Amino acid sequence: MATRLLIAEDEPSILESLVFILGREGYDIVTARDGQDALDRLKEADAPGLVILDVMLPTLSGFDVLKAVRADPALAAVPVLMLTAKGQARDRQMAEQMGASVFIAKPFSNQDVVRAARQLAAP
Amino acid sequence: MMTEAVEFALIAALAYVALLFALAWIVDRRAAQNRMRWLRSPIVYTLSISVYCTSWTFYGAVGSAVRGGLEFVTIYLGPTLMFVGWWLLLRKLVRIGRVYHITSIADLISSRFGKSEVLGVLVTLIAVAAATPYIALQLKAVTTSYQVIAGIPLDRIDFRAGFWVAVGMAAFTILFGTRTLDANERHHGVVAAIALEALVKLLALVAVGVFVVFGLFEGPGHLFAHAPEGYLHSEDVFGPRWITLIVLSAAAVVCLPRQFQVVVVENENERHLATASWLFPAYLFLMSVFTLPIAIAGMTLLPGHGDPDMFVLTLPLQAEAEALALLAFLGGFSSATSMIIVSSIALSTMVSNHIVAPLAVRLFRHRTRASGDVRGLLLTSRRIAIGTLILFGFLYFRVSGQSDALAAIGLIAFVGVAQFLPSIIGGLYWPQANGRGALWGLGAGFVVWMYTLGLPSLEDGGPLGPETLLYGPFGIGVLKPEALLGLDGLDPLVHATFWSLTANTLLFILGSLSRAPRPLEWLQARQFVDVFRGGGLGAEPAGPRFHRTATSEDLFILAQRILGAAPAHDLFETFARRQGLAQGLPLPTPELIEDLERRLAGSVGGASARAMMAQVAGGEEVSIDELVSIADETARIMRYSQALERKSEELETTARQLREANARLREIDRQKDDFLGQVSHEVRTPMTAIRSFSEILRTSDDLESEQARRFVTIIHDESLRLTRLLDEILDMRVVERGEIPINLEPIEPDAVLDQAVQTCEGLRGAAAVRITVGAQAGPVRVAADPDRLRQVFINLLSNAVRHNDKDPVEIAVESRVVDGVSYEAVVSDNGPGVAPPDRDRVFSLFSATWTRAGEKGAGLGLAISRGIMHRMHGDLTLDDSPPGTGARFRVTLPVTTEDPPP
Repeated sequence: MATRLLIAEDEPSILESLVFILGREGYDIVTARDGQDALDRLKEADAPGLVILDVMLPTLSGFDVLKAVRADPALAAVPVLMLTAKGQARDRQMAEQMGASVFIAKPFSNQDVVRAARQLAAP
Repeated sequence: MMTEAVEFALIAALAYVALLFALAWIVDRRAAQNRMRWLRSPIVYTLSISVYCTSWTFYGAVGSAVRGGLEFVTIYLGPTLMFVGWWLLLRKLVRIGRVYHITSIADLISSRFGKSEVLGVLVTLIAVAAATPYIALQLKAVTTSYQVIAGIPLDRIDFRAGFWVAVGMAAFTILFGTRTLDANERHHGVVAAIALEALVKLLALVAVGVFVVFGLFEGPGHLFAHAPEGYLHSEDVFGPRWITLIVLSAAAVVCLPRQFQVVVVENENERHLATASWLFPAYLFLMSVFTLPIAIAGMTLLPGHGDPDMFVLTLPLQAEAEALALLAFLGGFSSATSMIIVSSIALSTMVSNHIVAPLAVRLFRHRTRASGDVRGLLLTSRRIAIGTLILFGFLYFRVSGQSDALAAIGLIAFVGVAQFLPSIIGGLYWPQANGRGALWGLGAGFVVWMYTLGLPSLEDGGPLGPETLLYGPFGIGVLKPEALLGLDGLDPLVHATFWSLTANTLLFILGSLSRAPRPLEWLQARQFVDVFRGGGLGAEPAGPRFHRTATSEDLFILAQRILGAAPAHDLFETFARRQGLAQGLPLPTPELIEDLERRLAGSVGGASARAMMAQVAGGEEVSIDELVSIADETARIMRYSQALERKSEELETTARQLREANARLREIDRQKDDFLGQVSHEVRTPMTAIRSFSEILRTSDDLESEQARRFVTIIHDESLRLTRLLDEILDMRVVERGEIPINLEPIEPDAVLDQAVQTCEGLRGAAAVRITVGAQAGPVRVAADPDRLRQVFINLLSNAVRHNDKDPVEIAVESRVVDGVSYEAVVSDNGPGVAPPDRDRVFSLFSATWTRAGEKGAGLGLAISRGIMHRMHGDLTLDDSPPGTGARFRVTLPVTTEDPPP
């Protein structure tokens, strides 16, 4: 059975590219358009094998979602890959402190995202 | 014809004089041993003030009552008013006298007006001119009274009695009045003698009064019943002459040199003045209460009246009460002698300090300095002055003969000394008053007094001749001495008082205003006017004002010359002790020089002390320069501190401005960081999509052509988005800097609005869009750039579509003119609106929050639109509509009356 992967990204085109490149790898992909949406989907089903979070999300930011994930015992162990368009060192540091597994700045290389995803949770 | 009474009168007078000598001698001795404490009582002080009551009041008041009815009362009313009502003036005078060691009224005026030597001389001259006839008057009274009691007919004056009285008084005064030079070493012997004489004259007058009322008559009722018809109904009561007399006598009780001597110079204790302020008026009341009865009795009982000035004596003689007559004679004798003694002391001090001392300073400048030489010279000059003054008085008496009534001479003197009043009052209360004012005022007053009162009092107008009196000098009528400027029909006394005091006061004020006070005048003015400020009784004046230097030896020699060897030695020992030195001379500090000058002033007067000190401690020019520089220094420091204050205020303002600017810069810096962060974010987002899809296209060979085309379209759209973003950012910068080309022209805004609506009707998002155009403003014109205005409208309309979750999207557009001056267009939608906390933020950069399509603009549109509206002098605002009712944006522009270009 394919590893379930939740992608939370508000930019439609970026979401589409992520779905394409990771779907190609064999992940079972669930998408969310904002932070609250992502959190809802995480809670309604079993914990996914991997979560990819954009930092700048409407309603709840990626960091807020990360915090909630880490605070939830059922989700605490789920690896999280953070994507940000800000790319500042401060954001990276913050993401790592809060328990993000990998932090990738936009614009990313498809290869990097796929490699990181595989390392965190094989499809 | 020598009678027993005569012999007895002579013997009694001689015995009385001997008693005075003995008393004065004993008191001086005892006072030196610091016994006789009773002498320092307010009662003795008050009795000594009664030297005001001379033989003029003793004998002359009755004469005045016979001639002028109640008028004599004024001579008592004036001093009473002064002591009761102007007590504060007297207190100030006494305080100044004590603090600044004032030696005489000449010293007071000279010291107040910059220690002026000229003023000292002028005041001395006026005082001598006024006092000489006054002394003559006393001698005349003694002589006449002697002749009356001796039964010598009055048609021939026997000058011998006057002569011997003059000699006796001169001897007494020289003996007891010039033992010491220092005004602060009081004349205890003299004061004791004066006090005794005050008691004798009061006792004598009251005794005669009681004898007349109850001995010759059967009580006051009986006596007043004998008053001549209409005698007590004088019409002149409180007329001009009355007022004049009250003013003159009030002035005299302070301005007469002898009064100044007893009230101010001989004052032991300021508090004595409080007692004197009621006791002296009481004394005056007792002195005057029997005047009227004696006058009425004299007119009733003495056929042909005789000399009314002698009623006090002739009434007891007539009744053969010889012992009482003798007492009355001694009372009159006391009145005369006490006046002569105190006047000559006061005048001799003035002459020696203000005429002899300045001459000595000049003459003996380069002589060898012997211990006590100045002191010896001044004491000698005082003794000579006393002798000379009394001799002058006698000569005047000898020359002026027997024409004048006693009262007339006294009043002439009163007018003379009243000339000091403007300078004293002005000097004590008006800091601006200066030496020129005092000199002009005193000079004018003196001349007018002499011309209007002195000359006419001489027989046949004196040196000017009787024609001057009658027709004016050289026949100039307006200059007639007794009718100046045509002021005719006045009593000569009122006339003279009016003109002399008017000229005096006016010139005093004019002179004072005509130039600024000199430094020393300014200094003295402040010290005199503010004598009560800071410091209680006996407070020493503030620290040294001059910075003079002298050697201790020179100072010591100067002190010895003026004070004598032993007192100078004692004084310098005190100085040295105060400086903490066990032996040797004290250090010549400015304080010491100042203190020494003040002490010397007590001996030789302020002006002379200053001149003498100037010889030792540097010239007066130096000291005045010093004073000026002190004043300048003070002014400079004040200016400097004011400048500093201003500077520090400026600095504070600057610091505040800097802090504010800094805060603004930080804010701008933060905004710039935010802006760059936002730009970076906005650029990275489309770039991410572009990179990702191009990588997919590059690395995937198995893409379906449909899919590949879709990816390429996304790449194309995202690159367009990137371009649009960069355009917007550039637009923003241009708008913010005002670089955007905006061409204002009169246009009809509704037309532009219609075009924008037409453009946006084609917009199709996920939902249908319905735009309703409501009421319109119609043909009104605004000054605007039509392209830019259209951009703003389109921005609003597209926002209404994009930030909307309804289906269909409904947009309402309407416009109107407000108050005829403002065009207003409102764009409202049925979307969720802007949450109240975000309403301000939507106009700032990168404010984009949420859009329906999920696409994100950079959030620059509203900021740019508002910038454009501001450039066109209009505005773009968001209404405070309730949440959930949609957003209402409002565009406003001022209406113009300009016509559109052809």
